[in-house]
Amino acid sequence: MNYETHNYDILIVGAGGAGLRAAIEATNDKSVKVAVVCKSLLGKAHTVMAEGGMAASLDNMEGEDNWEVHFRDTMKGGKFLSNWEMVEIHAKESAERVRELEEFGAVFDRTEDGDIHQRPFGGHTFARLAHVADRTGLEMIRTLQDKAVHQGIDVFMEYRITKLFKDGDRISGALCYNRNDGKFTLFQAKAIILATGGCGKCFAVQTNSWEGTGDGHALAYEVGAELMDMEFMQFHPTGMVWPLSVKGVLVTEGVRGEGGILKNSRGERFMFNYIPDSFKNDVADNEEEANAWVKGDRQKNRKPPELLTRDVVAKAILEEVKADRGSKHGGAYLDIASEQSPDYIKKRLPSMYHQFMRLADVDITKDPMEVGPTAHYIMGGIKVNPQTTESKIKGLFASGEVAAGLHGANRLGGNSLTDLLVFGKRSGEYALKYAKNCEKTPSVSKEEVDRAIEELLKPLGKEEGENPFTVQSELKETMGKYCGIIREEKEIEKGIKIIEELMKKEVAVPDHRDLNTAWHAYVSLKSLLTVSLALAKSALARKESRGAHTRSDYPGYDEALGKVNIILNKSGEDMKVSKNPLPQLPENLQKIIDKYEQ
Amino acid sequence: MNSKFRIYRGNQQKAEYKDYEIEVQEGMVVLDAVHKIQAELEPDLAVRWNCKAGKCGSCSAEVNGKPVLMCMTRLSSLPEGPVQIGPMKAFPLIKDLVTDVSWNYEQNKKITPFTPSKDTVWKMQQRDVERAQEFRKCIECFLCQDVCHVLRTHKKHDQFFGPRFFVRTASLDMHPLDTVNRTELLKEKGGIGLCNITKCCTEVCPEDINITDNAIIPMKERVADQYYDPIKTFWGKLFKKNVK
Ligand SMILES: Cc1cc2nc3c(=O)[nH]c(=O)nc-3n(C[C@H](O)[C@H](O)[C@H](O)COP(=O)(O)OP(=O)(O)OC[C@H]3O[C@@H](n4cnc5c(N)ncnc54)[C@H](O)[C@@H]3O)c2cc1C
Ligand code: SF4
Ligand code: SF4
Ligand code: FES
Repeated sequence: MNYETHNYDILIVGAGGAGLRAAIEATNDKSVKVAVVCKSLLGKAHTVMAEGGMAASLDNMEGEDNWEVHFRDTMKGGKFLSNWEMVEIHAKESAERVRELEEFGAVFDRTEDGDIHQRPFGGHTFARLAHVADRTGLEMIRTLQDKAVHQGIDVFMEYRITKLFKDGDRISGALCYNRNDGKFTLFQAKAIILATGGCGKCFAVQTNSWEGTGDGHALAYEVGAELMDMEFMQFHPTGMVWPLSVKGVLVTEGVRGEGGILKNSRGERFMFNYIPDSFKNDVADNEEEANAWVKGDRQKNRKPPELLTRDVVAKAILEEVKADRGSKHGGAYLDIASEQSPDYIKKRLPSMYHQFMRLADVDITKDPMEVGPTAHYIMGGIKVNPQTTESKIKGLFASGEVAAGLHGANRLGGNSLTDLLVFGKRSGEYALKYAKNCEKTPSVSKEEVDRAIEELLKPLGKEEGENPFTVQSELKETMGKYCGIIREEKEIEKGIKIIEELMKKEVAVPDHRDLNTAWHAYVSLKSLLTVSLALAKSALARKESRGAHTRSDYPGYDEALGKVNIILNKSGEDMKVSKNPLPQLPENLQKIIDKYEQ
Repeated sequence: MNSKFRIYRGNQQKAEYKDYEIEVQEGMVVLDAVHKIQAELEPDLAVRWNCKAGKCGSCSAEVNGKPVLMCMTRLSSLPEGPVQIGPMKAFPLIKDLVTDVSWNYEQNKKITPFTPSKDTVWKMQQRDVERAQEFRKCIECFLCQDVCHVLRTHKKHDQFFGPRFFVRTASLDMHPLDTVNRTELLKEKGGIGLCNITKCCTEVCPEDINITDNAIIPMKERVADQYYDPIKTFWGKLFKKNVK
């Protein structure tokens, strides 16, 4: 089979925030050759969709914010399952990375003093999210994209990586096809950074774009890296529920950050009934106090319970719907119209205003929105070294949503965008160091490439076989039904069985490679099946409820399980599940947590 | 309820409109219909999209001849009768609804990037950043490029940045802490003189950016001032930011 070969020092897979930030770092050294590969056009990665903001303790608003408080919030939000070292690095470096983004040209909303304005978000003690109205991701990606392009990287747009190769125990290259003409390219590289984002597409009701198929997770798993925490899929509490065609599309948490309240069909503000004991000190238990906080009196008052962490709010909405107090189309009402003026709403939440007006005929300055949980973000991913972001495979790095460790059992809103900056930069930095120390480019075996191509071409022009879109729908339905927000042993087992059957299905697609979307859907399907299985197996192994993972048969915490991460790795053809003890939290950091808990 | 669609199918060699009929539901947008046709009837129907919420600018197409985002165009907003969906015409066709927009990415490389001074104090007032923020809302859908006659009809791709990149330049120029003068670039490489202010670009911008009035016209004036009015040029250099 014919294919082109390119040689690079560093290959970056993904052009979202993490990939682009890594590229900027790596190209600081002009002696190395860096390529970025992405499935869509440049600037269209998932990161562009981020709305609410990026969390960093810049301390520009009321209250005394610092890295310690941010550290504690993230650990607590993650139900103490995060890798403390990553949380510490993130809390310490985020502010510098955000300021640096401003120096690259990002134009954030301002405070009266002329500093970067920060908005409150769930689980964050202080107003901490630097933002640009509700289009923060766009600002971030455009800024990084322009910086990277002018720094001289080679960008391969609309190429898709389908396989990674090793030379001994080192990473050595990656195979991809051009989505437009179906031609194959082999990249030989000393170091590879995976910055491929998440896998929301395992579910039908979800917020991700078509790209969120977990390719990076699957690629790393197949080449021998470990996956961790895959049971933790964050269901965002507020996705659109009506009309059906937009079901799942995100409604930013910024709506609640700006004062939006949740109500049931009886008009009750139900979140007051769902405050967990561990958060009793953090949120208001009455409307008066909550309202005073929204009006700006934040010293004496606690924030509204609508700003509890996402796992708590998502489950509360589900309970209300179950108890027959749901909204017309089976969600809850999110009302900002009664809390803020039309001008304020249009200024702070312009894209939400636009989205509801255009897609649902709802004017959010007058009427409440209908919202319900939607699969949003995978906390789990590739297990990496907290400092260097290197995986178990030498020369294979990972950062951004595809990496695990920072968010533990539940991510706090806004922590992802700074995750991309902090660890994207580190990926670039350490991949560069690694590549420079690599004397010769490792090699890729021709037979392995040929075999990989053969495998990819299998469904083309087959006489009999299933439509890949249909199999994808079956998978999504299975995941929603058996591995959704509330899980149970027998159900998960059923789910696993179905996934394994779907894996055996033969797929057939039209016999050509010219922008053949059916063929692309087949490739996506392979990644989706791998990550879905990983998710289900981890969910089965965690016999407790923690953060985003809820088991109806094990409703409480399990102390022993609270001290381990679930790890998956490929052993022969099997997906092996094991438990790995969490690194011990050092005393100085434990003290920080204790200090803010009192 | 069933609805009819006419979708452009094919590549550079051969392409034509083909008819489809599918069942549609309340609330569906054009992109939903295209996806439904893809999943049920034509698995290799090519279409670009990402966010499905008007945020990424991937799904640009010409619906009933009008350049729009497919994900933000409700079927109920269109007149009765078959819905015609074709690719953008100002760019070379790859396949079906997908065009080769790589030319745009080349234009961006020509624009001098953001350049603050070394000793910048990073303070800015909201009222001073608002102008730049308007231009930074751009989602690079390239619909403005698609309708601009300088590109669409006269094919001056080698002399003209197009409205999108005037907006881009304006976003840098109107950044309160930027120090570069891009007037020469706009005149020489950008070909801003070729724009005759028809405002077609502004009309199609899904982000409601006032491309002509707020970006192009002020920059055209600056070009005129700098090249044809020496006194203003002198003052312009002294008070770069105030002149804007
Ligand atoms: C609607 C929405 C709103 C959000 N709002 C916020 C927010 O306000 N704050 C916050 O902190 N977080 C938010 N998030 C989460 C956050 O945006 C994402 O987690 C983050 O952007 C992921 O960035 P990334 O760089 O890891 O990957 P992505 O931005 O997802 O980019 C992945 C890149 O990898 C490429 N890629 C993937 N697979 C392959 C392959 N096989 N071959 C080649 N290229 C490949 C893709 O093409 C893409 O370029 C939001 C998410 C969504 C969906
Ligand atoms: S106003 Fe100028 S840039 Fe805009 S469409 Fe008309 S000629 Fe083109
Ligand atoms: S200026 Fe408007 S129309 Fe032009 S590319 Fe940007 S968003 Fe699209
Ligand atoms: S799909 Fe993103 S704008 Fe339409």
